[in-house]
Amino acid sequence: MNDMEQLRQSLVKIDDLLASCMRCGNCQAVCPVYTQTRREADVARGKIVLLQNLAYELIKDPKAVEERLTRCLLCGACEHNCSTGVKTLDIFIEGRIALTQYLKLSPLKKLIFQSLLTHPKLFSRAIHTGSLFQGLVLRRQQNAQKTATAPLLKHFLGARHMPTLPKQQLHDKYGVLTGDKSKKINVIFYPGCMTDKVYTQIGDAVIKLLNHYGVGVIMPDDFSCCGLPALASGDKVGYDTLVKNNISVFERLLTDDVQYIVSACPSCTETLHKWWVRLSENYSEKDREILKKISEKAIDIHAFLYSVLKVDTKDPVAKENAVKITYHESCHLKKSLGVSKEVLELLKLNDNYTLVEMAEADKCCGCGGSFTLTQPELSLKIGTRKGLNIMKSGAEEVVAACPACMMQIADILGRNNSNIKVKHSLEIIAENLK
Amino acid sequence: MISKTLINEFEALLGKENVLSDEIDRHAYSFDAAVLESRVPSLVLLPTETEQLGTIVKKCYDEGLHITVRGSGSNLSGGTIPDSLDTVVISTGKLNKILEINTHDLYAVVEPGVVTENLAKEVVAKGLFYPPDPGSQSISTLGGNIAENAGGLRGLKYGVTKDYVMGLEFYDYEGQLVKTGSRTVKCVTGYNLAGLMVASEGTLGIISKAILKLVPPPKASKAMMAIFDDVQKASEAVAGIIAAHVVPCTLEFLDHATINYVEEDTHIGLPKDADALLLIEVDGHPGQVADEAEIVEKVLKECGATDIHVARNDDEKAKIWAGRRNALPALARLRPTTVLEDATVPRSQIPAMVKALNEIAKKYNVQMGTFGHAGDGNLHPTILCDRRDHEEFVRVEAAVDEIFNVALELNGTLSGEHGIGTAKAKWLEKETSRGTIMFSRRMRKAIDPKGLFNSQKLVGI
Repeated sequence: MNDMEQLRQSLVKIDDLLASCMRCGNCQAVCPVYTQTRREADVARGKIVLLQNLAYELIKDPKAVEERLTRCLLCGACEHNCSTGVKTLDIFIEGRIALTQYLKLSPLKKLIFQSLLTHPKLFSRAIHTGSLFQGLVLRRQQNAQKTATAPLLKHFLGARHMPTLPKQQLHDKYGVLTGDKSKKINVIFYPGCMTDKVYTQIGDAVIKLLNHYGVGVIMPDDFSCCGLPALASGDKVGYDTLVKNNISVFERLLTDDVQYIVSACPSCTETLHKWWVRLSENYSEKDREILKKISEKAIDIHAFLYSVLKVDTKDPVAKENAVKITYHESCHLKKSLGVSKEVLELLKLNDNYTLVEMAEADKCCGCGGSFTLTQPELSLKIGTRKGLNIMKSGAEEVVAACPACMMQIADILGRNNSNIKVKHSLEIIAENLK
Repeated sequence: MISKTLINEFEALLGKENVLSDEIDRHAYSFDAAVLESRVPSLVLLPTETEQLGTIVKKCYDEGLHITVRGSGSNLSGGTIPDSLDTVVISTGKLNKILEINTHDLYAVVEPGVVTENLAKEVVAKGLFYPPDPGSQSISTLGGNIAENAGGLRGLKYGVTKDYVMGLEFYDYEGQLVKTGSRTVKCVTGYNLAGLMVASEGTLGIISKAILKLVPPPKASKAMMAIFDDVQKASEAVAGIIAAHVVPCTLEFLDHATINYVEEDTHIGLPKDADALLLIEVDGHPGQVADEAEIVEKVLKECGATDIHVARNDDEKAKIWAGRRNALPALARLRPTTVLEDATVPRSQIPAMVKALNEIAKKYNVQMGTFGHAGDGNLHPTILCDRRDHEEFVRVEAAVDEIFNVALELNGTLSGEHGIGTAKAKWLEKETSRGTIMFSRRMRKAIDPKGLFNSQKLVGI
């Protein structure tokens, strides 16, 4: 069987998923990319037709289909809005895997996904080295978002505003946390790369909150990336290695005393909860059992605090001079995990802040993981719309429950010389706790 | 084939990003929401200014290229599927400015690519009301609504798109701008060309601007659901309500099969043993609403409704409408392919139509659910199937043919609101007459001498 035939076969395998689309076009109403471009190939319905036509040899150019397929944030708005329940995210992930197998991964992505991320110690050292030398290329901006730009790398990064790397990574700061058997509840904290290596203050907040509410925290120092970036690039090889690395860590940690796996990164939580099980067809029986257990236990930290611990949020009256904050609903949190009111309720715990609503709060920020790097113009346009809505809300700070959204929003606000601060919701929730 | 020179000219006119000539991008414009064969156009243009439409049309016409105008491609009769391989698709998606909302003279002026719901929302924000609400309103464009004379749930009381078109501007085949109608309530200057353009399905010219009527919103409304153990009784209730001089803003119907599919899918508490459900909403002045709701309830009881739920608040109202809103999704989830028809009969013929539909479903062994706008006789018999199963799809097509036959026998019409397109073109003569087809073709020939505007649609050319 030649490569092209293999590609077609893998697409024919998802034919039932593709055929469930009745082409009504309702995805147009919610797609952030289509909103910008008004092109049919940019919306779910169009992409599904392209994959069908490739599967049935009406289209003979896989590269061109792949290019259209990458013009998607995997935000899930189409799937969330689809009245007939088309599993668009499954389609796009399977489609990307099939196309990448045929077209082969770029050498750079291969290096990152298959050689760097799969070796957590090496990855941590690389980031640490980066943190030491970032001063050479980054120019710190004295702005509310504490971002930096890279004038020397203008050719690659444009005017992008980036977070600077902390001196110490989360796992270095806390070491290995092994939980506390005397506590009623013990949870594994899966920080994810962004929380471990970039926004460590989110990890501080998680640990502070869990300690405050009497929950034992288990945090190893050898987790790997959850694999979503590799998956989004269709790299099943790198993804599988990362998942298997993590399986061996979870296998060691998942004793009967562990009730939940929490994360403050909704993309990681979604991956642990949904994708790991969904894409485990070729794994061993034993691995599949572990993944099933992980899926059942994985929960967003806000949902954990609100629905499991039932943290009391009664009588939250904001102080008179409370800081105005506005909440951006992350796609992976609201649309994929169905967590929304939990965050809003928990934010009321801190009476130094008061919520104001922004327009289109649940529209994608335009980050989409590597989308922001591969489609910088589109990402910027979508982000600018989000930025304008934030600025129009009159808020002094914008809150997101996702580190990737924070990075994108900080970039947009930084570029616009805005003095609105960007925070993770947990920073606000934990701030007042002793 | 389209010459490279012409593509260059279009790129110069519209900007490179608004001219899609790559094969892949063109494939994405080969279909619409109708279950029909697709055809890949040779070029797709996305003009950003309405003035560009005239130049585009002239260039295409001079080159003898077919033209299909496309709004959002939500068409259910194939009206936006290209006619030939040398079709240029003109997408109006970027012509989406609301130019004016006039709260004194009660009208709005829009470009053709404005999404129906976007206008409706803007109008509500200004304290007014644009009633036409086709099922696809969250994506459908007003230009498309006009070209198809789109209906919706509010048709019975508020009418359909044609009742809201006060004036139009469109480009003819020479690229000349034609203006018809005005911003005034009355206007008799010349032919009613706007009326001609409504439901013309892209066969006469390209709409570039529309003046649409707005109305004051109703101040109050009341919704109720009535359950029947016999579809005949439900139909008598529909006739009874109208006979009692109440015109509800919506009067919707779900048949036994649809009730069951919705309930199995959503568990919202619909009675699975019911033969039919009527969902009714009256609106207007609060006093009038109270009076009318009382009359409706009385008629429903007299006609033998086994149960009546009147919504006491917004939550209950939303619950009542959830059943109707979930009808199509619940049906569509059952099987991969959804064939959604809109054969319409006079109100009094609904029981006969429902009976015939059940017989057709049985005869051809197809899975069917029927719901729709009982108040205007516009039913949506919906066949669930898998188009990839050839044997099954042959039966589906035969069933659809028979649905049209029955609708016509009952003095009904092929299409209440989805249009003729290519899907129903072969039936048109049967509903009308040979003379109608010839008259329409002669008229078309005069307006589009080369036969390039959506040529296969409606009456052919």
